Amino acid sequence: MELLLPAVLNGLTTGAIYAVVALGLTLIYGVLHIVNFAHGSLLMLALYAVYFLHAATGIDPYAALPILAVGFFALGYVIQRLVVQPVSHGKDQNILMATLGIAIVIDNGALALWSSNTRTIDLPYAFDVVEVLGAFIPLPKAIGFFAALGIAGVLWIAIQRTDLGRAIRAVAKERQGARLVGIRVEHIYAMCFGLGTACVAAAACLLLPTFYVTPQVGYAFVLVAFTTVVLGGMGSFPGALVGGLLLGVVEAVAGLYLGESLGQIGIFVIFILVLLFRPTGLFGAKAA
Amino acid sequence: MSRALGWLMLAAALAIPQVSGSSAWLTFWITTLLFAYLGQAWNVLAGYGGQFSFGHAAFFGTGAYIAAILQVRYGVNPWIAGLGGVAGGGIVGAAIGWVSFRYGLRGSYFALVTLAFAEVFRVLANAVAITGGGQGLLIPLKPGVEHFQFVDRASFYYLLVALVVSGVLIARWLEASRFGAWLVAVRENEDAARALGIRVFRVKLAAIALSAAMAGTAGVVYAQLFLYLDAGVAYGGHVSVEALLGPIVGGLGTALGPVVGAILLHGLGEAAKGVVGATPGLNLVLYGVVLVIMLRFLPNGVVGWLKRWGQR
Repeated sequence: MELLLPAVLNGLTTGAIYAVVALGLTLIYGVLHIVNFAHGSLLMLALYAVYFLHAATGIDPYAALPILAVGFFALGYVIQRLVVQPVSHGKDQNILMATLGIAIVIDNGALALWSSNTRTIDLPYAFDVVEVLGAFIPLPKAIGFFAALGIAGVLWIAIQRTDLGRAIRAVAKERQGARLVGIRVEHIYAMCFGLGTACVAAAACLLLPTFYVTPQVGYAFVLVAFTTVVLGGMGSFPGALVGGLLLGVVEAVAGLYLGESLGQIGIFVIFILVLLFRPTGLFGAKAA
Repeated sequence: MSRALGWLMLAAALAIPQVSGSSAWLTFWITTLLFAYLGQAWNVLAGYGGQFSFGHAAFFGTGAYIAAILQVRYGVNPWIAGLGGVAGGGIVGAAIGWVSFRYGLRGSYFALVTLAFAEVFRVLANAVAITGGGQGLLIPLKPGVEHFQFVDRASFYYLLVALVVSGVLIARWLEASRFGAWLVAVRENEDAARALGIRVFRVKLAAIALSAAMAGTAGVVYAQLFLYLDAGVAYGGHVSVEALLGPIVGGLGTALGPVVGAILLHGLGEAAKGVVGATPGLNLVLYGVVLVIMLRFLPNGVVGWLKRWGQR
């Protein structure tokens, strides 16, 4: 039992960051109805961006968050406008293949440029801990947890209360109707892709202080992100949040009892089971 | 048109060992043809059946591991072990297809679930003892036709030419047979196909079993060729990616597409290696770029474009 509580708390802190990654993915799916296979690779790219920015200027990862979020927002906007949209020809499988192509280029480009070495950053406060319910949590994980919840909150308010948010929801619900009332649908699509990519950059800033980066992490994360999104219901905001937290806990607890290597299976098994038995997710109302 | 292209390619294939008998030259063609055949396996399910799998590594790796484990751990003759690998690939394919199609997974959901299955296999193969775990599995060198190992590269090359021809014939059979017509009907419109009385579930199940058995065959040949396996090479994500790149570049749902695609991609990869040197990952960067460009400008692939051009 004294092992279980720290595992659960650790899982929650990781899960909050999974939730931010998943929010980006679910936003893109909910509005564009496309499965963005490059999401994990963009996360990996963002992790490298945090790493190199820290190495070059010594900037704290948390302070780099706004810079990277803006930069990756622009990147996502451009990817949607210049690559994904022209390639689609109105076919879903073309988009799936195009995002896979982008993922292949980013993953292997990183491998070619930066080799497969594992990189981490050293921060003076990396080993500080805070006590929660008698368990000790590393300080960066605690910061990550609350920052992740904050980001989710900001995104939620932006979608609910701003003009852009209203336009996004209009396009998600009824594309033709939105076009008729003068919303530039292509622009909104690209904005969503940009926002989703910005989420990934934010997650990377919160993740790197306690994590590492290799060209392969994107591949691992894309499945985690998809599992989170599918678990919560494709396109569902609260679903992505709860799904992320749940998945973090499952991973930590499975790792505790099954060991690190087999613990990974827990996520895939959940993914397969949810896809098979409840493809609309725990919170999804629409049929897949 | 495409028939003429097929005969032309076969003639070229038979001439390749005459051009040069060097090991590097033949090894290039052997690996290219192996992935052409793996691409054909994927093409059967995705090109003709419209079911896009992101996890063909699950079938490839299972075929390779069963063939290797049967001969290394149980002393089974490699040819018989190979048959076991083919059957094993097919059975795993049928099982994954059964659960996926039973629960109505389509499109992106099917792609994701196959990817997840491949990852489960990879993690398991890395963790259990019978596969040799992280150390991998070494097949002892025993040259001789009876051991499914060939002293000279040329024999292996001709074996792969035969394999690729068999793959093209399977695709041609799909184009001409009743089963193939059912499969294409399912691809075009599943609900309409069902309304016409086609047993959609059975047709998809047969297609994935066939496709997976072919992928398993590619795995068996891979194991005999390189005599070494670990979880990464057998079940790695790059195997699933290789399986789908060739057909898309060459022409989805065409018999020669996967072969043309594999030759183009591997030729390009090799040329890039010659220009910039051997950097890991570089060939896949190029493949990804080619994939996106093809989707943008030639969505029907090279063979699809040639066909359209020939009809003018």
